[in-house]
Amino acid sequence: MTQDYSPLFLSLKVAGISTVIVFFTGVFLARLFSRKQFFGKSVIEALITLPLVLPPTVVGFGLLLLFGKNGWIGKWLLEWFQIQVVFSWVGAVIASIVVSFPLMYQSAVAAMESIDHRLEKVAYTMGASKWRTFWTISFPLAWPGLLAGLVLSFARGLGEFGATLMLAGNIPGKTDTIPIAIYFAVEAGNMEKATFWVMIIVALGFSAIMWLNWWNKRSFRYQTRQK
Amino acid sequence: MLSVKIRKQLTQFQLDIQFEVNQEILVLFGPSGSGKTTILNCISGLITPDTGQIQFNDQLFFQDGLRSLPPQERHIGYLFQDYALFPHMNVYKNITYGIKAKKKAISDSRLPSLIQVLKINHLLSKYPHQISGGEKQRVALARALATEPSILLLDEPLSALDQQTRLECQDELLRLHQIWEIPFIIVTHDIHEAKKLGDVILFLEKGKIIQEERSEKIGHSSLIKRIH
Repeated sequence: MTQDYSPLFLSLKVAGISTVIVFFTGVFLARLFSRKQFFGKSVIEALITLPLVLPPTVVGFGLLLLFGKNGWIGKWLLEWFQIQVVFSWVGAVIASIVVSFPLMYQSAVAAMESIDHRLEKVAYTMGASKWRTFWTISFPLAWPGLLAGLVLSFARGLGEFGATLMLAGNIPGKTDTIPIAIYFAVEAGNMEKATFWVMIIVALGFSAIMWLNWWNKRSFRYQTRQK
Repeated sequence: MLSVKIRKQLTQFQLDIQFEVNQEILVLFGPSGSGKTTILNCISGLITPDTGQIQFNDQLFFQDGLRSLPPQERHIGYLFQDYALFPHMNVYKNITYGIKAKKKAISDSRLPSLIQVLKINHLLSKYPHQISGGEKQRVALARALATEPSILLLDEPLSALDQQTRLECQDELLRLHQIWEIPFIIVTHDIHEAKKLGDVILFLEKGKIIQEERSEKIGHSSLIKRIH
C-alpha cells in the first residue's frame, strides 16, 4: 500500500504558518507589555495564557463560536473575503495559533525582561533610534529565549489535535494533520498507519528538542569562553 | 555652558537642584541614593524632570510645558556604572555603534587617536567578557567619546576597579578632559577621587546640594590657560 504523505506536508504547513504569525505578534506584544504597566494588563495577559490551561475542546468550542459560518468573525470573513475557516486548513492554522501563542508570548516576555535595560539606554544616548536599538540590541540579546519560544510553538502547533478537530474537522488531504490522521487511523483499526505517523511525529518533536538543547549549549559555551 | 535647574519627586525625597558647568570637571558627590544618577539621567534625557529647565549653550534640552529633547538629539556621552558594554558585539563594534555612515566618518573622526590614547588597539576584536575591568572602563570611555559628544557624563566610572587601576584611570580621565575640552560630570562617592578629579564638587544629600566646593585646580588650570 502506498503511503499518503499529505498529513506530513499539511502539518508542516499549518505549524509553519502559525509559528511565523505567533512569533511576530508574540515578540511585538511582549516588547510592548514587558515594560509598561497599565490598567487591565493582567486581564489581557490572563486571556492570552488561558488556552494553555483550558481543555482543547473548550478552545475549539470558542473558536467555532467565533469563526463558524454564523460566528462573529467567521461570518465577516466569508462575506468580505470569501474565506471559510471551518472545515479548511485555515481553521487548523487558527487553532494552532491560539494554542501555541501563550508559549511564544511567555518565552518572549521572559526573554525581553532578561535584557539589561541600560544597554538600550546606552544606545539611545549614542543616537540610535528605538527601532535601531530594538533590532541591534534588544532582539539579538533576547534571541536565545525567543528561539526557545519559536521551537516550542512549532512543536505545539505540530501536535495540536482537539481544537483543530473541532474547527477544521477531518477531511482527508485537506485538514487531516498528523495527530488527526493518527486518531482516525486507530479508530479505523489501521494500526500500521497509526504507528507510521506516531514515529514521524515523535522523530520531529525529538529532533526539535535535541536541536534546541544543542543550540543552547553552543551559545552557553560562547558566553563563557575565556580569553 | 550647561545650566541645570530641575525638580523631580523621587520615592524618598524631592530632587531639587540648580547648577551650571563650563568646560570643567564637575563632581557630584554624595551617599548612595542621594539622587546623583537621577541628575545624569535627566541631563541625558533618559528620564524627564517634573519641572525646571536644562539648557546647553543655546540648545534647550528640557523645559516644563515644552517638548523634552530626546536623548538621541542631545549629543551627550554617557558612561554607565559597570560600563554596560554590548555583550554581543566586539570592542570595535561597541565603540563605533554610534557613528553614522561608518567608514568615512571613522577615518575622519577623532576615533583613531582616541583608540591610541586609551591604548585599546589590541582589544578591538575581543568581546567584553574577554577583557579585564580596567580594559572595559577604557573601552566604555572610548565608546562614550566616539560620537564626539558635547558633554560627557560618567556614573561612578571607577568604582569597579582595584586601587592601582583606579589611580591610573583617574589620571587618564584628567588627561582626556584636557584633550577633549568639554564639560565632564562625574558621579562618585569616593571623596579622594572627587577632590582629585573635580574642578567643582557638589555635595548632595537627599536630592539637595548642601555644599559647593571649588577646587584649587581651577585656579591652576586657568593660570595655565593664561600662560599659554
